[in-house]
Amino acid sequence: MKPDDVAYLTHMLRRRSGMMLGRAKPEFIEGRLAPVMRRFGFKDVSGLVAELRHGRDALARAVTEAMTTNESSFFRDRPSFDVFEQLVLPALLTRRGSAKRLRIWSAACAAGQEAYSIAMLLDDHKLAAKGWTIDVIATDISAEMVARGEQGLYGHFEVQRGLPVRRLVDHFSQEGSSWRVGENLRRMVTFRPFNLLDSFGWLEDIDVVFCRNVLMYLDHKAKVGVLDQISEVLLPDGYLMLGSVETPQGLSNAFDPVPGSPGLYVPARAALPRQAVG
Amino acid sequence: MRSCLVVDDSRVIRKVACRILSDLGFETAEAEDGVTALESCRAHMPEMILLDWSMPNMSGVEFLRALRRERAGDKPVVVFCTTENDVNSITEALGAGANEYIMKPFDRDIIQAKLAEVGLA
Repeated sequence: MKPDDVAYLTHMLRRRSGMMLGRAKPEFIEGRLAPVMRRFGFKDVSGLVAELRHGRDALARAVTEAMTTNESSFFRDRPSFDVFEQLVLPALLTRRGSAKRLRIWSAACAAGQEAYSIAMLLDDHKLAAKGWTIDVIATDISAEMVARGEQGLYGHFEVQRGLPVRRLVDHFSQEGSSWRVGENLRRMVTFRPFNLLDSFGWLEDIDVVFCRNVLMYLDHKAKVGVLDQISEVLLPDGYLMLGSVETPQGLSNAFDPVPGSPGLYVPARAALPRQAVG
Repeated sequence: MRSCLVVDDSRVIRKVACRILSDLGFETAEAEDGVTALESCRAHMPEMILLDWSMPNMSGVEFLRALRRERAGDKPVVVFCTTENDVNSITEALGAGANEYIMKPFDRDIIQAKLAEVGLA
């Protein structure tokens, strides 16, 4: 790959998604772009970049999606889900006991595994039958991934990594060699394509934000912007779940860590305008 | 070292599974059907059993039911590894006392993920 092409892709990705290409190897970039090249009929990356320079938006969108899409699995990084199940959820079920409403946002949901994993844990409490309104909002920059999530159809290998077989039997139905998420879980989850660089204005009163292993790919400005907007949509007694090695430290003063729970943050006391006003 | 008995009538599958499990730190033993597996367990009860379903002499489910009646037969973690990939079979296996279930074809990642499920990662 020509250095010029790498530089152009780096700049474009940063502008469109906040993603840092960093020192990504040419093989990585070419591997990610191979399906896009096939789809749009390019023989090499140079041809594709030349077309990008002419400002073809559909191609730029496809390239951005291809470069930012990450593989996921059910209950990925299990300790985060243990914290959610054992600490976050019991606290929220008590606090929201009278309103009976929970809104949880999976901010970079890939093909939906994180959102459905959350929905499975919520379903354990049979909240719908107890009159609760549950909204799991699942967003991803990739429209293709979001469409996959909406379908809720997963392959033989996908359902065997991270998903206990008991949950497979309880929550999925078999369709040939694939497995479809059951209707009760799909009713809980709403999918929508969304770029984290855009305005969070349509999101409000979120109880828990799952934004795991996302910040690590973004440049400084995008990280600050995302955390700032999360602090605005998260309820004062809500929770932010980052990847276990991620931290808002040095990026935002709006969150305090929850001791003993890596990756879990709550809105900082000093940064709670809603409480200060009250 | 943790021990795993690989029970499958296919020599190739036993070889592949044993290699993966050895890489993951298990001492492995092999049996080609349920009868041989039961004899092996009576001589030395393993920590884990990777179990095929359809085998001559005694099927995987028959073996599992017999194993769970044996002295200390409740101890081994039993993970089915089979082409019986339908909900009814999975439910039957869990009812018979299986701890986890691998649908063939499998790879190292799946075995590793299932070991994590049963606390043997």
